[in-house]
Amino acid sequence: MTSRYEVVIGLEVHVQLTTATKIFCGCATSFGSQPNSQTCPVCLGLPGALPVLNRKVVEYGIKTGLATNCSIAPRSIFARKNYFYPDLPKGYQISQFELPICEHGRLDIEIDGKTKSIGITRIHMEEDAGKLLHDSNDSSRVDLNRACTPLLEVVSEPDMRSSDEAIAYLKKLHQIVVYLGVCDGNLEEGSFRCDANVSIRPWGQKEFGTRAELKNINSFRFIKQAIEYEIERQADILNEGGTVIQETRLFDTASGTSRSMRGKEQAHDYRYFPDPDLVPLIVSEDWIEQMRRELPELPETKIARFVNELGITRYDAEVLASDRAMAEYYDSLVALNGNAKLCANWVMGELQRALNDTGVAIVDCPVSSPMLAALLKRIDDNTLSNKIAKTVFDAMWQSGKEADVIIEEQGLKQVTDTSAIEAAIDEVMAANPDQVVEYRGGKDKLMGFFVGQVMRATKGKANPQALNELLKKKLAGE
Amino acid sequence: MKINREQVEHVARLARLALSEAELDTLTVDMDAILGYVEKLDELDTGHIIPTAHAVPVENAFREDVIGTSIGTDKALQNAPEASDSCFVVPKVIE
Repeated sequence: MTSRYEVVIGLEVHVQLTTATKIFCGCATSFGSQPNSQTCPVCLGLPGALPVLNRKVVEYGIKTGLATNCSIAPRSIFARKNYFYPDLPKGYQISQFELPICEHGRLDIEIDGKTKSIGITRIHMEEDAGKLLHDSNDSSRVDLNRACTPLLEVVSEPDMRSSDEAIAYLKKLHQIVVYLGVCDGNLEEGSFRCDANVSIRPWGQKEFGTRAELKNINSFRFIKQAIEYEIERQADILNEGGTVIQETRLFDTASGTSRSMRGKEQAHDYRYFPDPDLVPLIVSEDWIEQMRRELPELPETKIARFVNELGITRYDAEVLASDRAMAEYYDSLVALNGNAKLCANWVMGELQRALNDTGVAIVDCPVSSPMLAALLKRIDDNTLSNKIAKTVFDAMWQSGKEADVIIEEQGLKQVTDTSAIEAAIDEVMAANPDQVVEYRGGKDKLMGFFVGQVMRATKGKANPQALNELLKKKLAGE
Repeated sequence: MKINREQVEHVARLARLALSEAELDTLTVDMDAILGYVEKLDELDTGHIIPTAHAVPVENAFREDVIGTSIGTDKALQNAPEASDSCFVVPKVIE
């Protein structure tokens, strides 16, 4: 029975930054190159090599701190975290300990329609380790391309009380770092890695229970599973009168269970000390303000603006703002068209469908926002019905041509000329005398039949309102 | 005693140093003397001084985010005791 206990969760997220080069040397950070090809004396940890800090890593750190309501430290320093492992060539990881670049932030999450604030203890900069490949029975292989890749570690307060809150926090943080452009957000490739600290305690108890740390889980779904499994596991132990021990556990996605991770130094004794190879980092107010000016409009602000200024629903606003590129497309479309609701329907409807069907990213979309705006204009001025507009959209997607070109080429102009519609109605009525009699005898349902016939006769181009009005009149014998 | 034998053994283990009994004896005495000497500093009131993070009064040494020269796989592995498939080979590490 899980409900006898309150769950306490704190999260540590490693955000891999999208810089072109590593944090302390000029080697490239690109993924998937030949092993050990992107290495140099600094990231190989060769004697005498000196690290020099990548300015962009600091800028990304400041931006992430500002976007998560942190205070930015005017002075921060790098420290060595000492331990031995084959993926760590220097025998220490350069990180930040006592004086991280950001502290005391928070993120607001929505949970069951309520807003909850999750504290952020700190954000610090550090280097990643190399990659270990365990593909043989008697040896392991080491690829140091990833060694020295810049990371931000974002440490939350133990403020979350359910796996749903944890996931809401992670998604929010993920959205922000992707919006900022500091991280590509690719969970599978390890650009956004999460460690969860989970403990439980009887309701009302003040002290936290003993926590277990769940390591490196690479999807939101698995994080939820891993946390829920851990809650059950600890509850079972407590219910049987046992004691939870503090340990690191590895979640196995195949079995949905976790096991204790042994082999690393049991007593963590990292002997942190300031790295004498790196000088203190001083961040001026001017620098912070410059970074603040460079911040994009963040999702929360965007959603509020969409709702308050454009008048679309909160649901639509959230969908549109969920992806920065989509939100920017929508913004430029509304600037050109002005009908915010129509634009929202098209971006979330036809455009999203076409993107999903083809797997194309919105930035590479063949129908640009000015092109779509030109199409929507043809709905506004009654050249196209909404239905035909969808056909034109598909043709634009296929050919990359402008809406007007396709309308012209395929003769899709909506017929609003009443005489043309009247002529079509006359033809249809003449061809179906029996139905005309039945309709006039009270069989109103036949209206749909006549509309369909006239639409077919005009190849779908008749303006629906004009058609309906004229047809009613003619059938009534007026 | 500023430091005892167990602490010296612990630090030696963290540094992966295999010390003989005799070396442990000597080092315990030496390290105790060194720490005792440094302890003299405690006589000063340093409460209002920012801890020194660096011996040289320099701040903000940066490089720009521009790709430089990597030495490449062959050179990287040149001094490796064992290598295969472009990787360093190490004894099996079990997570």
